[in-house]
Amino acid sequence: MTTVIENDSQKSGRLEVGTPLLEVKDLHVEFHTRDGVAKAVNGVNYSVAAGETLAVLGESGSGKSVTAQTIMGILDMPPGKVTQGEILYRGQDMLKMSNEERRKIRGRKIAMIFQDALSALNPVLSVGYQLGEMFRVHQGVSKAEAKAKAIELMDRVRIPAAKERVNDYPHQFSGGMRQRIMIAMALSLQPDLIIADEPTTALDVTVQAQVMDLLAELQAEYNMGLILITHDLGVVADVADKIAVMYAGRIVETAPVHELYANPAHPYTKGLLRSIPRLDQKGQELYAIKGLPPNLLKVPAGCAFNPRCDVATDLCRTEIPALHHVTDKDGKELTGRRSACHLWKETLHG
Amino acid sequence: MGSYVLRRVLQMIPVFFGTTLLIFVMVYTLPGDPVTALFGEKAADPAVVASIKHKYFLDQPLWKQYLHYMGNLFQGDFGTSFTGRPVSDIMAGAFPVTIRLALLAFVFEMILGLALGMLSGLRRGSVQDTLVLVLTLMVISIPVFVLAYIAQTVFATNLGWVTPTVQDSYDLSQLVLPAVVLGSLSLAYVARLTRTSIGENLRADYMRTAVAKGLPRRTIVLRHLLRNSLIPVITFLGTDLGALMGGAIVTEGIFNVQGIGNVLYRAINTKEGPTVVGIVTVLVIIYLVASLLVDLLYAVLDPRIRYA
Repeated sequence: MTTVIENDSQKSGRLEVGTPLLEVKDLHVEFHTRDGVAKAVNGVNYSVAAGETLAVLGESGSGKSVTAQTIMGILDMPPGKVTQGEILYRGQDMLKMSNEERRKIRGRKIAMIFQDALSALNPVLSVGYQLGEMFRVHQGVSKAEAKAKAIELMDRVRIPAAKERVNDYPHQFSGGMRQRIMIAMALSLQPDLIIADEPTTALDVTVQAQVMDLLAELQAEYNMGLILITHDLGVVADVADKIAVMYAGRIVETAPVHELYANPAHPYTKGLLRSIPRLDQKGQELYAIKGLPPNLLKVPAGCAFNPRCDVATDLCRTEIPALHHVTDKDGKELTGRRSACHLWKETLHG
Repeated sequence: MGSYVLRRVLQMIPVFFGTTLLIFVMVYTLPGDPVTALFGEKAADPAVVASIKHKYFLDQPLWKQYLHYMGNLFQGDFGTSFTGRPVSDIMAGAFPVTIRLALLAFVFEMILGLALGMLSGLRRGSVQDTLVLVLTLMVISIPVFVLAYIAQTVFATNLGWVTPTVQDSYDLSQLVLPAVVLGSLSLAYVARLTRTSIGENLRADYMRTAVAKGLPRRTIVLRHLLRNSLIPVITFLGTDLGALMGGAIVTEGIFNVQGIGNVLYRAINTKEGPTVVGIVTVLVIIYLVASLLVDLLYAVLDPRIRYA
């Protein structure tokens, strides 16, 4: 138990020093479709430091993946378009870089793990080739050396009999093993930051935990920043340091992970937490947030969540709430906690 | 893999006998008597007719004729045409011409088709994409004989670059124009197939991964995109090579290329049974082997397909 506490304090100590690895500032992304302009991301701000894990939580359509793709530079443009904002990697705005400069960051400094490894890996190239390609392209090593490094990586992510399996193709591996290969690929050049977009969603529950543990372990070992995009609150609790909850292209709440679970400051977060099935409520009807996520072409006026919110007032229906700092009952500011709700006080303390 | 090949080869046997029997029956049940036709306007001497019929086994029932023909075939004997020339001789003269013509057309449709398909597939909606779509649509809608006459008029009559018809069928340079005409239709299909396939694969998740890996665009296109996109195209090209080898009756006819298509056409017109059956038999074999090779190639190109 003591070691855990020590680790926690060490981690939070690191959070405060130095500039963050990655900072997203007031990012706006739109999609121009036939039916109109879909505002997928509306002024998102977040940052990640080395060794830190930020979980970005939200339903599909909340803009969490679009933000990640914009950071990575793999957003399809058109239809996507960044209309405003900055993405600072070590203080430099990546959106202002040339294609070649960005390419050199991709894979080498910032790597990505995708949701469905079967479709995210090239079906006609062996996994050894796909892993070794990282070294061949970025470091110019020989074919034989790249293969040796690929085997090493596969060992590193604990794929059994890596040497025999290096020439196998993605479809010959199980789902969990494939996701390990994705992780190995992302880790290959020991990047500063990994963006994992729903890395365990496509896996069996038992395998999910293994893959998540592996990812967390390697992250700690290499002291990488990790952005974990998920809609699964269960995955987040164990590994994340802080959480950003997204709704309709905005961040509605940020908080250190345990504080968010213990005491949410936004009705949406509250609803999400209530909708997790719990053993002690067996037999009772499972709670679900009423209504559906908004159509991004027609986001409701005011707070986008207001039609689904139990406590919404007239103010909520007209004015978009800013992401406020929140305070405890004595008026002391809670570090790292913000909420985009007009009624955060009532939600947090009431 | 080995057992798959064996199974496929065994499957070829009934196909081979079925097709040859079919063509045999069709040729020999055609109305009109080829032997009487040999005499033209003159009245035929019944004794001579009978002796010729006996010589070619035409006085035997069809099944006996077929067995006799097959028996000779397996000894490498394709029989003799009614003019007295061995069928194998006729084929030895015509096949090299057709092979040359087919290979020329194949190279043309492959290189240009792939290039055009990539050009339009990688830049969908661009000017070159629209241009390729319109041009290939035109080629597909215009019948090949019209295309052949246009080519003749433009390149031979107007420009005078070539002679309208081929003088020496063994001269490769003279075969270029017929080959271009012959390959143009498949070229259009190859270009469109490549375009569609590239379009599909561009949106594939693994392409996004390749970009996220920080690979240069060249590597992404050549290694990741093309390797996947070309699988259906190569399958089409393989089958098409088999089809081209069968000769092109229309194109060879218009350009006077003395290839297998021309010979076959004349043999059908003069009811030259032995020649027709001999050529078709060889074509069936070529086609069977070509489709087997395509299937095997498919497994090599796409590791997800493994024949157990």
